[in-house]
Amino acid sequence: MTPILEVRNLSIDYLSNGHPLHAVTDISFRLDKGRSLALVGESGCGKTTTMLALLRLLPEEGRITGGQILYQGTDLLQISEEEMRQYRWNNIAIVFQGAMNALNPVRKVGNQIIEALRHHAPISRKQAQMRVGELMELVGIPPERAGQYPHQFSGGMRQRAMIAMALACNPDILIADEPTTALDVMIQAQVLDLLQNLQSQLGLSVVMVTHDLGVVAELCDDVLVMYGGQVAEYGNVDTIYNTPLHPYTQRLLQAFPDVDQPTASLASIPGHPPPLNALPPGCRFEPRCHRRSPLCAAANPAPIARAPGHIVACHHVEEG
Amino acid sequence: MPADTHLVVLQVSRLRKLYPLSRGLLGAIQRKPARHVHAIDGISFTLRAGEILGLVGESGSGKTTTAMSVMGLIEPTEGDIHFNGQSVPQMVRGRDRLELRRKVQMVFQDPYEALNPRQTVYSIVSEPLEVHRITASRTEKLERVKKALADAGLKPPENFLDRYPEELSGGQRQRVVIAGAIVLNPRLLVADEPVSMLDVSVRAEILNLLRQVRDELGISILYITHDLATAGFFTDRIAVMYLGRIVEIGPTTAVLSDPKHPYTRALLSVIPVPNPRRRQKREILQGEIPNPIDLPSGCRFHPRCPVAVDQCRRVDPQLVTVTAEHQAACILVEERVGASAVNS
Repeated sequence: MTPILEVRNLSIDYLSNGHPLHAVTDISFRLDKGRSLALVGESGCGKTTTMLALLRLLPEEGRITGGQILYQGTDLLQISEEEMRQYRWNNIAIVFQGAMNALNPVRKVGNQIIEALRHHAPISRKQAQMRVGELMELVGIPPERAGQYPHQFSGGMRQRAMIAMALACNPDILIADEPTTALDVMIQAQVLDLLQNLQSQLGLSVVMVTHDLGVVAELCDDVLVMYGGQVAEYGNVDTIYNTPLHPYTQRLLQAFPDVDQPTASLASIPGHPPPLNALPPGCRFEPRCHRRSPLCAAANPAPIARAPGHIVACHHVEEG
Repeated sequence: MPADTHLVVLQVSRLRKLYPLSRGLLGAIQRKPARHVHAIDGISFTLRAGEILGLVGESGSGKTTTAMSVMGLIEPTEGDIHFNGQSVPQMVRGRDRLELRRKVQMVFQDPYEALNPRQTVYSIVSEPLEVHRITASRTEKLERVKKALADAGLKPPENFLDRYPEELSGGQRQRVVIAGAIVLNPRLLVADEPVSMLDVSVRAEILNLLRQVRDELGISILYITHDLATAGFFTDRIAVMYLGRIVEIGPTTAVLSDPKHPYTRALLSVIPVPNPRRRQKREILQGEIPNPIDLPSGCRFHPRCPVAVDQCRRVDPQLVTVTAEHQAACILVEERVGASAVNS
């Protein structure tokens, strides 16, 4: 089966005073139809950069220096900006981080969705209005509230409205950047439930960018763990959570509290991800790794398949 | 266990805080009844010396209002708060205000916002000493700042004194915030979501530090959060709040392993479990916490409660003791406790 989205060897630089900083190096992954993939890692590990590149929405300093982004076989990096605009929203839509604060406070919610709709599809205002009603029902907002302003919506409702807006043009791929981080736990559960229902109802494929390992375990099929702009470990959700091989994945999982085992001690990972202007010469996790050796400081390990579909970039996998 | 009064650091009794709503001119002329926002509506709890109590609830449950009342930053409408045996509202009004400000300190949520970017770490951490005119000599002040930084895990402290917040990671910034809070040797820390803005990899580090502060300096901590998972890891006791009330309170392990209130059970069921093999049915409550102006009749949780019975619309349940220190406010729990009392 051809994947709906496949990223091959993607590398992205940011130019800082003319010097390139390697934000993402040689990332590959695939997304099959109807599945959900999580990009996880700490702040500054390249998740958001990767996600923006999928839509070619990198800031001005960003440069894609290599690789392919194949949407149903078409390389999105080879087409013109005009053609790319056809793919955005119609095929690949996005719910940005903190999206609930992205609504314009002085315009009615319904009108903002209509604007997004008519920008991307040649339909009349009346048709658009009907579609807004459908969309709001789809995400669980009473359609009569389309005439209200964002401040009359709660945080959870605003997030639903942003999801409705992303679904306006029936995309096949929905990218969600930290879709629930600012929400209370019960509202988070409602939004996750909504995403799950939409996925099965509409056959959506989802790319979720998050640092919340609990949400990933509940919702996603595949997981790409990123560190320092590279793939640390990639596999299906069961493999990543139950037989993780990369020391970073293992530590990240130990740092996450599990309410079923409240007394278990939590680990933290000393130090912080490497700044882009001072990437370690060898393995990028080496300075923080509990299993490091001289080899790790000298050579950056390549991502290698340790089992079918389970990719790990570490020199010391066997010792784990 | 009836707590020894001399061991109780904080005693909150039947605390209420209502905010009056404007009726508008027309409402005043028509003599409409005054309406209120019921931010907290009759809560009681104690915090013992060296104890960590988690106050858990969603937005709008009243946890932050409770924290502000404890700090003496807002005046309660009814009820009382005693800190070390003294009434907090009275301390605020009288001469003991400075003592309250010294002994009760706050750790804020966002270390990126809480630190002045133009101040060095030394200047930030020494400021409370100056405000309270505590130390005589410059060397003494320096020693206290260095001790606070070391206690907050910034070692060696000399390396941090002259640095600015922007040179520090999120975890280090939160350590500076904590150093500023403990430099005055407080007895109580009020920590309002101290890790929610931090990366997962440093959350445990900050919570472990706070626990260490408790163990080594004997400081009690009131931990305010919406996250039952970190509260489970970090606290000795948990109080679950809903719409201005405590609906369940007890030792952390009891509340998490054997939750009595349907709201606690629902909250627990929706916490994402970090293992796909334990995906479970989430008990998702529909809607959101109702507004605290027009409270539901009877039990204020009944409109969203999955197990509500007819009686819940009429009876406002009080906290009843289930076991030792574990209490819940639900008539279904009351019935069960009553039944087992008859059986035994």
